[in-house]
Amino acid sequence: MSASTKALVRAENIEKWYGQNQVLKDINLEVHSGQVMTIIGPSGSGKSTFLRCINHLETYQGGRLWLGDDLIGYREDAKGRLRPLPQQELVRQRRRIGMVFQQFNLFWHRTVMENMIEGPVRVLGIPKDEAIETGKRLLARVGLAEKADAYPGKLSGGQQQRAAIARALAMKPELMLFDEPTSSLDPETTGEVLAVMTELANDGMTMIVVTHEMEFARKVSDRVVMMEHGVVQFESDPEDFFGNQPNERVRAFLSNMQ
Amino acid sequence: MQFDWSFFWERLFSPGDVYLAALGRTLSMAVLAQLLGVIIGFIVGFGRLSRWKVIRGLAGFYVWVIRGIPVLVLLVLLFSGMAAAGIFRFNDLVIGDLVLPASYQAAVVGLGIHAGAYMAEIVRNGIQSVGAGQIEAAKALGMSSWQVSKRVIIPQATRVIVPPLGNEFNGMLKTTSLASVIGVQDIFLVTQTASAATFKVFELMIVLSISYLILTSVWNVIQGVIETKLRAFEQDIPARSWGQAVVYYVRKPSVKKETAKA
Repeated sequence: MSASTKALVRAENIEKWYGQNQVLKDINLEVHSGQVMTIIGPSGSGKSTFLRCINHLETYQGGRLWLGDDLIGYREDAKGRLRPLPQQELVRQRRRIGMVFQQFNLFWHRTVMENMIEGPVRVLGIPKDEAIETGKRLLARVGLAEKADAYPGKLSGGQQQRAAIARALAMKPELMLFDEPTSSLDPETTGEVLAVMTELANDGMTMIVVTHEMEFARKVSDRVVMMEHGVVQFESDPEDFFGNQPNERVRAFLSNMQ
Repeated sequence: MQFDWSFFWERLFSPGDVYLAALGRTLSMAVLAQLLGVIIGFIVGFGRLSRWKVIRGLAGFYVWVIRGIPVLVLLVLLFSGMAAAGIFRFNDLVIGDLVLPASYQAAVVGLGIHAGAYMAEIVRNGIQSVGAGQIEAAKALGMSSWQVSKRVIIPQATRVIVPPLGNEFNGMLKTTSLASVIGVQDIFLVTQTASAATFKVFELMIVLSISYLILTSVWNVIQGVIETKLRAFEQDIPARSWGQAVVYYVRKPSVKKETAKA
């Protein structure tokens, strides 16, 4: 990954307001291909909001957010102002980014396999049989081979989340976003989801993970970021982050987490 | 009490071509009007949730006005009123061997417009029941707005829309009797004509009531099968085909009591 100097995701001075309330302040972050970045911080810190800006589920008002060479969700006009991208270009960017949600968000009216092939068939135009083959392989990888014909409502939370990860992977994304993927799971099923994510990281997937799982942040990620009040408080590799942490606010947050 | 049993049985079991043709008119009028109502309902229902204020306003205006006018008045207004004012006159339509009388067309349009206002509220409620997370997941997969509507919003909203839609259609089967005031030869008007000739009003009205009851009962079964199929997602062994849905509906109607989960 050091071979490519260009970051896969680059945030430059991102600013976001909800009305008068500024939720993201001057965010500058870079994620390179193959890297795993975890973002931690108290709730309301803006970490999920930032993550959702990366696939343009949220808009931002200032700064620039890049996916490779593309400005995400916008183009720049002659005067350097941001103009929203036409929909067909925005959806092309989103196809490159997989997202896993806290509430899983599997389509409950479709079976697990139908969830798996929905994106590949409808969005990428891959033939159905081919998509089903890929779907089977990915479901086997997350340990859900027998659940292909089940409806999501019949699955446990952990199974649903693993299926949701597989669904995102079926799009062959360059980048995976995880928005508190284990926050609505009990400790037992949290483990099975984290195991799938760890394996994915070991396979070289580029990942940005918003989480409260400190063990995951420490062991799996290449970069750890702490956000608070819409500001990046600290960013480093996990050794420095969890070692002699110089930042008092980060230390306070970490000790609260234990 | 005077009740002519032999007359009653005869009318019930050999109603005659005139009555059967009228039954066909009642049924087709209800189906076409409800279809029109569903189409209007989807357009106006989505319109109520439009991001553009003007469209929201127009859709709201439609619902407000139509729900404030008795359907009987609406039918006379469309058929006789507009013709009298020289605005629009329905004309008999000939398609091959089929003649669609002007009054029949006016009835379908009028009943459809009326149903559309109620369907719009049902559709709006259905769309609003779709979770934000479902829409975000679809967007995150790279779907266009149209694909999100077609693949996620409409199919999920349908599960919420179908039960009240079934109710509306049940009502529609009977509301068609109002079309008799503009001269549609439906089962009500044909029965009235017959009772004027025979004075056996009671017997004929019982036969008429049974006719409506048969229509609504058949619809009940069809609606039950449709709802069973749409609830495949909560069945232990999901009904994947219509045949299976029929079997499920017949074998365990108790499934109906379970509440749909969103």
